[in-house]
Amino acid sequence: MTQEELLPLIQTKDDRAFSHVYDMYSKSLFAVINNLVRDREEAEDVLQEVFVKIWKNIDSYNESKGRFYTWIINIARNTSIDKLRSKGYNNSQKNLSSDNFVHLLDDSNKLIHKIDTIGIREFVNKLKPKCIQIIDLLFFKGYTQQEASDELQIPLGTVKTQNRNCINDLRKFLHV
Amino acid sequence: MDTQDYINSGILELYVYGLLNEAENLEVAKMAKENREVESEIISIEKSILNLSTSFSPFLSADNFAKIKAKLELKHSKVVQLQPKSNILMYVGWAAAVLLLIGFGYQYNKVNQTSQQVVVVENEKSKLQEALVTSEIKNKQTEDALTVIRDTKNTVVNLGGQAVSPQSFAKVYYNKQSATVYVDAAGLPEPPEGKVYQVWALKLNPLTPTSIGLLENFTANNYKMFAVDNASGAEGFGITLEPAGGSKSPTMEQLYTLGKV
Repeated sequence: MTQEELLPLIQTKDDRAFSHVYDMYSKSLFAVINNLVRDREEAEDVLQEVFVKIWKNIDSYNESKGRFYTWIINIARNTSIDKLRSKGYNNSQKNLSSDNFVHLLDDSNKLIHKIDTIGIREFVNKLKPKCIQIIDLLFFKGYTQQEASDELQIPLGTVKTQNRNCINDLRKFLHV
Repeated sequence: MDTQDYINSGILELYVYGLLNEAENLEVAKMAKENREVESEIISIEKSILNLSTSFSPFLSADNFAKIKAKLELKHSKVVQLQPKSNILMYVGWAAAVLLLIGFGYQYNKVNQTSQQVVVVENEKSKLQEALVTSEIKNKQTEDALTVIRDTKNTVVNLGGQAVSPQSFAKVYYNKQSATVYVDAAGLPEPPEGKVYQVWALKLNPLTPTSIGLLENFTANNYKMFAVDNASGAEGFGITLEPAGGSKSPTMEQLYTLGKV
């Protein structure tokens, strides 16, 4: 199901529509949340909070503002950062971790994950370390171009295009 | 800016990530609406990053889904409401199914009965046809017999019983012009098994018997009226009992009837 098919369903706000949204996006959001919060239990709390926010504010989403997926990713990042701040990690977003999303694949979920994950893990191993870092900072952590440029010590003007090249590699691998 | 340059600038990726400011955001959204190439590029970027991040999700317990639904008070309320309705519908459905089945059974029975009747009628029809054919044959035989008897050109030759069977008699209807011969054998006893009557045309001086045929199917012939071979210039007729298939010359000990023209 694509966003285009999903949106009319969401308008009905029924149980089935919610199940679809959850099936499509919960894992992606959970990865983003975990990458920021770094605590499995707290991440689950945040995920629940995020979906409650999504559903309660669904009427305020408007297609002219951007993709539905973008809208909920922003909710997930913001809720995670709020959580970190409430725990006293000031400036935590920036200080957090040299760890990136690849480390989410720890021993606890290696067995549970599906075959396609193994495929993508192999791909990530081939992906340039620069790409992992840049996707991690921009997409998973929501860094601005300036922040990413500082962190990675690359010219500000090349952040956008480097990221695009990395996404192109990913798209070639996924055939999308 | 050219569409391809716009796409290659990498702004669409940042759009999907949600990293653009409000003005930039509106601009890309507008571009996507007007330009299909831009729109499909955005969808592909979204698919790839959604796929990547989904693959890196740690194990997510199903409890979370249940907890969120509880918090949102999303229950299967609609399904519960439908329950009584669907019960009535279910009964109606079953009743309809049962009625349909009974209907099928009844129709099947009917069809069976009808086809049995058809078989019976067919049998009767063929019996009637047989009877008709039989009676037509009889009728033909009667007509033939009458024609022979009534034909004034025929000479009637009475054949009297001989030593072996004094009560026997027969008649020969002999048309001298056409030489046709009919034998009325009603006065002969049924031939025993393996035997057959043989008809002889006789010339008297000297006595010369010529076989003019066998009275085959004696029992089956109701009128015992037989057509045999032509016999020109016959002066008498005799009938002997011979082994099945007939003999070359008459067995005089078994001469049943004999008569002169």
